[in-house]
Amino acid sequence: MTVLLENAPIAAAAAVFLLGVAMVLRERHLFRTLMGLSLVESAVNLLLVAIGYRHGGASPIYTLQTEEAAEKMVLPTVQALTLTSIVIGLATTAMLLAFAVTLHRTRGTLDIDELRSLRG
Amino acid sequence: MIAFLQLHAPALAVALPLAAAILLLALGNHAKRLAGFLFLAGLLSGACFAWATALRVIATGTPVDYVFGAPAGAGPLDNPAGIALRIAFRVDALGALCLLPAALLSCLAGHYSCASERVTTGGAFFRPLFLLLSAGVYGMLSTGDLFNFFVFLEITSLSGAALAAYRVDGGLATEAGFKYAALSSLATMAYLLGAALLIAQYDALNLRVLAQALNSHAPTALDTMAMVCLLSALLLKCGAFPLHQWVPDVYSRAPGGVSAFLLVSSQASLYALFRFAFALFPQFARLNGALLLLAGAFSMFVGVTAALAQHDVKRLISHHAVSQTGYMLLGAGAGLWWTAGAAGEGTLATDALASGLFHMVNYALYNSLLFLAAGAVIAATKRRDLDELGGLGHRMPVTAACFGLGAIAIAGLPPLSGFASKWGLYVTSFRLSPFWAVVAMAVGLMTLASFVKVFHSVFLGPQKEEFASVEEAPKAMTFPLVVLAVLTVLIGLFPGWTFDRLLGPAAAVLTGGAQ
Amino acid sequence: MSKIVKTIAALLFPACLVFGAYVVLHGHLTPGGGFQGGAVMATAAALLLVAGIPLASKHEGRYHALEALGLGLFLFFAFVGLGAASGSFFFNALASHGFFGQAVAPGPNPGNLHTSGTIAWMNLAVGIEVLGGISVILYALREAARGEGDGKAEGDGK
Repeated sequence: MTVLLENAPIAAAAAVFLLGVAMVLRERHLFRTLMGLSLVESAVNLLLVAIGYRHGGASPIYTLQTEEAAEKMVLPTVQALTLTSIVIGLATTAMLLAFAVTLHRTRGTLDIDELRSLRG
Repeated sequence: MIAFLQLHAPALAVALPLAAAILLLALGNHAKRLAGFLFLAGLLSGACFAWATALRVIATGTPVDYVFGAPAGAGPLDNPAGIALRIAFRVDALGALCLLPAALLSCLAGHYSCASERVTTGGAFFRPLFLLLSAGVYGMLSTGDLFNFFVFLEITSLSGAALAAYRVDGGLATEAGFKYAALSSLATMAYLLGAALLIAQYDALNLRVLAQALNSHAPTALDTMAMVCLLSALLLKCGAFPLHQWVPDVYSRAPGGVSAFLLVSSQASLYALFRFAFALFPQFARLNGALLLLAGAFSMFVGVTAALAQHDVKRLISHHAVSQTGYMLLGAGAGLWWTAGAAGEGTLATDALASGLFHMVNYALYNSLLFLAAGAVIAATKRRDLDELGGLGHRMPVTAACFGLGAIAIAGLPPLSGFASKWGLYVTSFRLSPFWAVVAMAVGLMTLASFVKVFHSVFLGPQKEEFASVEEAPKAMTFPLVVLAVLTVLIGLFPGWTFDRLLGPAAAVLTGGAQ
Repeated sequence: MSKIVKTIAALLFPACLVFGAYVVLHGHLTPGGGFQGGAVMATAAALLLVAGIPLASKHEGRYHALEALGLGLFLFFAFVGLGAASGSFFFNALASHGFFGQAVAPGPNPGNLHTSGTIAWMNLAVGIEVLGGISVILYALREAARGEGDGKAEGDGK
């Protein structure tokens, strides 16, 4: 039972990742493709945070911290990575949304099958 | 002062283009003349410092380390905890080799875009994005850290997609940009997943620390997963079979100067692919070598057959970009295969990889030359269909001559640079198995056929009525063409010098153990 | 939007800004920092947008200026590290100089605000940048949704 609970975040990350990839591959609407991409991003972020968790560890904040907690601090690398990846995810999503808006205005649709004009 | 600049050159190469980008962003649409000046100053200063770093590495033969935020001269592990915490750059002979053409092309393509974009749309965001792209490429080539590479990869992906889509082009360019951005972001997420699996096991992001940790024991299942994620992400980003579908769309729809520089950012991904496959996962050398050989052979074949059927001049060159990437993969795959072999095969591995790297440098030069020349033709005639173009050699002699030299180089005819590197690839892959050499030669012949067709239908023949008023591209656009053409000829005439001074040491970095 | 929504949005607007500024300013002491605080502050801008409270167009232009200012400040403080003797890019040259320059011994501390050197300054810069950047994106998307403007939020991935 505890094994299941401890690995739950990782299993969840895997499930969300696969869901996101399936959405990107299967959906025919650009907005849903975008949502799938966001899911993939969230899954990776979730995995990163889950990796950083250490049982019995303390959060790496020195402000108003006790001496004994300071002994057990976790290395905050993965949290820093997660934050960076969230920021980048925001930029990606914003840019893809801008593309989607432009596409909708110039072509009048967001359906992949109707849009696809670059072939060969 | 010079010592100071030399010490901080790796950081300045990334920081100065960024600073110029920010200043341009602040300028907005005002002061057009100053903006143009700032743009070129940013590109040039970044390129100068990248060149300074690269030349220093090549001249001294020792890698350059730069740790951000640490006391000057400190190595990545020089802190009380003894772990690699800070952002660390490390430029070795391989990185230096890739920095040289990247820095040159950032200036040439930027110079070209200044002129060509004034003709088409232009705009306030184009220049900052271009500077961002060049900073990202320098970062990718100089970083010594798995996560930093991710950040720079994202910067290049985002700015590259925005640039590719910049000219909306009735939604066609936007469609290409969307495809590029979506696939890139999927790839970078796979990359981050792979990196996460490695951090989870080894608590390290520094490439050298990771390489040591990974190779101190038999690979675990998580290592294998991480390898699949990292390498497939990079395979997508460098545009190789079976993940090459975005290449023709993006390169053909982006403006000429942008496609030439996007190609360099793909090269940076290829550089990382080689580095990871050789340094991080040597225990899978046979498997990865075989996969790279297959991916290379298929890329070459699929790219060139698709190109033969094309009528759109830029799309045709883009398909050839896939095919040429295949040659580099072939060289690296053969090298990787031999690193796992008997002791006597070490030099074979170095030779094969060096040929692949040689082709990578040559390809960056002549393929961007072709893109720039095709862009000049499209800008002058507003046509891109081979059936409509023709007889332009009369009106655009410089562009025609440069395109011709690029075409000879890509087709692998002596004495130009493409011949030198393709010959090396034929010889080394023949040693592995005649099959690969035969494929490579057949693809070379088809490339030749394809470019004979292009050159004939665009530049040769009688002058057409509707192109009577077409003028040669402005000097700002022909200058980069001439520089690239001259370089292509020079490298073709002195391949031995290039090989000994640049390529041998670069290949030895990977085949002679992870440094 | 109804009057209730507009009034409450107007009331929450300063609260959002203040909380965001708090997160930015305490970034070197507590969880949070430039990006998170800046995002909270940008929520205030989003609040105005959603509630339909118009901004004078010259004020919208100021978000652009904020973005450039924040980025410029960030890079400036990175360059400051080069000025120190035996420093490097991003070197914390202000660790014992200037407003945030009180030196702190490693280990648990009471959390004085005027510590940490360039880190606090950079948080401030990033806060300004993110406030500007996200607001620019929001307004650009609004413009695009209306079918005006050129609909190109910039893709500068900071």
